[in-house]
Amino acid sequence: MTTTRRWDPVQTLKYVLLIIGAFAVFFPPYVVFVNAFKGPDEGASPFALPASFLNFDNFATVMERANILQAFSNTFIIVAASLAGNVLLGTMVAYALGRFDFKGKNVILGAFLFATIIPTITTQVVVFSLIQSMGLYNSLSAPILLFIGADVIQIYIYLQFIRNIPYELDESGMIDGASLFRIYRSIIFPLLGPATATLVILKTINIYNELYIPFLYMPKQELVVVSTSIMRFAGNNQAQWGFICAAILIIMIPTVLLYLFLQKYIFSGVMNGAVKG
Amino acid sequence: MNNLSYSTQRKIILIGFLALPLALLALFTYYPAVRLVVQSFTDWDGISDSSRWIGFDNYKEVFVNPDLFGVFLNQIPYVIIGIIQNIIAILFAVILNSKLRGRNGFRVMLFLPFIMNAVAVAFMFQYVFDTTNGSLNALLGCLGLESLQQSWLGNESIVNFSLASIGLWRFMGYNMVIYLGAMQSIPGDMYEAAKIDGAGRFQTLWHLTLPNLTKIIQLNMFLTISGALAVFDLPFVLTKGGPAGASETFLMKTIETAFQFNNFGLASAMSVVLLIITALLLGIQNAVIGKGGDKA
Repeated sequence: MTTTRRWDPVQTLKYVLLIIGAFAVFFPPYVVFVNAFKGPDEGASPFALPASFLNFDNFATVMERANILQAFSNTFIIVAASLAGNVLLGTMVAYALGRFDFKGKNVILGAFLFATIIPTITTQVVVFSLIQSMGLYNSLSAPILLFIGADVIQIYIYLQFIRNIPYELDESGMIDGASLFRIYRSIIFPLLGPATATLVILKTINIYNELYIPFLYMPKQELVVVSTSIMRFAGNNQAQWGFICAAILIIMIPTVLLYLFLQKYIFSGVMNGAVKG
Repeated sequence: MNNLSYSTQRKIILIGFLALPLALLALFTYYPAVRLVVQSFTDWDGISDSSRWIGFDNYKEVFVNPDLFGVFLNQIPYVIIGIIQNIIAILFAVILNSKLRGRNGFRVMLFLPFIMNAVAVAFMFQYVFDTTNGSLNALLGCLGLESLQQSWLGNESIVNFSLASIGLWRFMGYNMVIYLGAMQSIPGDMYEAAKIDGAGRFQTLWHLTLPNLTKIIQLNMFLTISGALAVFDLPFVLTKGGPAGASETFLMKTIETAFQFNNFGLASAMSVVLLIITALLLGIQNAVIGKGGDKA
């Protein structure tokens, strides 16, 4: 073993590839970033720096016209309500199916698992009339209900996790005279915490990105979410890149910041979701 | 609840915990699926109270009319780019799984696109691909490659590759993190053993790392194909299926048939066809992966 460092071509190649990759990742956001600060008559080159990074005109226009704040608050409400429903119902089903044996259990289990393979967007043709007949068209309840009711991946994730919680814990609870509900609430629910973290991360990303459900069920102006707000704004301001770039930037910055703070949890959530789901 | 016997409690828990989730499952998954199948044999327009039973006519239309089933051809580029995306992801995962300075930094950077809002990313690339002001053409100009400058979203034979490469940009890092996770679960002593046996870097990669990834590669390949079957967002936002229908996808056609042309019967048949193809694909996937699992 030598301690002196020799020049290693493979190591160099690795860095070259990584830098190319990083360039490909940052090239589009860089262009968006610099152009968000440019006025309409500022230079033709998309790469050039703006005259001033203190020119917030585009941002002011976006805030005024695109309803961004409303979009963030609606998105937040939908994500929070859907997650609460998913976590609650998901853990309940996992407890009932993972801890008890009863007639028909396998049928129910199969029904939940088979549902995961039906792509929700294919059934929208029918679900749309259903939502309309329930009187939920053009309300925040429509996407919330669909994210809770029509997506069952959480049940799959929780069922995988609950198997690893030893049944002796339930038994010792019963010896102490705890009710089954209490065992669910004080033992199972907290121990499913890692699964809940995985779920929160995956679902937040999915719901935040979802375009079609809000587009179809909430055309009303005040019910705009992040995805539909940028779509409408870009549609109304075709090829006005300064405005569009500012809108993109406003939408991206909060999630990028969250990502930088929570990266550890996001990586482990994505990995768990892939291996378990 | 404490003074009830455990068998009574059990009944209460089972009913109380399962009733609502099962009701939702029935309402939003199974009822629509059944309705979809029934509707696919009718000429329902989505509004009238009545509809006519027309047998397999809608299904015949799906397969005979090249405007409908033929659009799947537009989705082939998504499969091709998806495969490239997985190869790049494995490459970067291998690189980041080795001893390297700045490893975490690069992982954070390459994963970054995945957490950006999908629609914002779509418009970001509309700017990249724009013919006159776009940054891609400008970049090619700087590099002296004017001959490659293109109307990236306006050229019928390129548009689907352009759209699919947006997917590559967004999801490569996600795949990479999954591959990286799978690599890190390969026991370290296997690498020790390979080293003792005198295996070089590439031998180790070829005979140890990749074989251990087979299962997750298969899984990602199937996700790529089923994802390609259900492409919707990107062409819907950026091209509306243009130019001249070149970037239309089967799902877009389905939605359009239902909500623009009010032909819910035909749209239902199209949904059922897509569902069956997806289910078949999953069946094959389970068969293949199950087999692979037996060997391991």
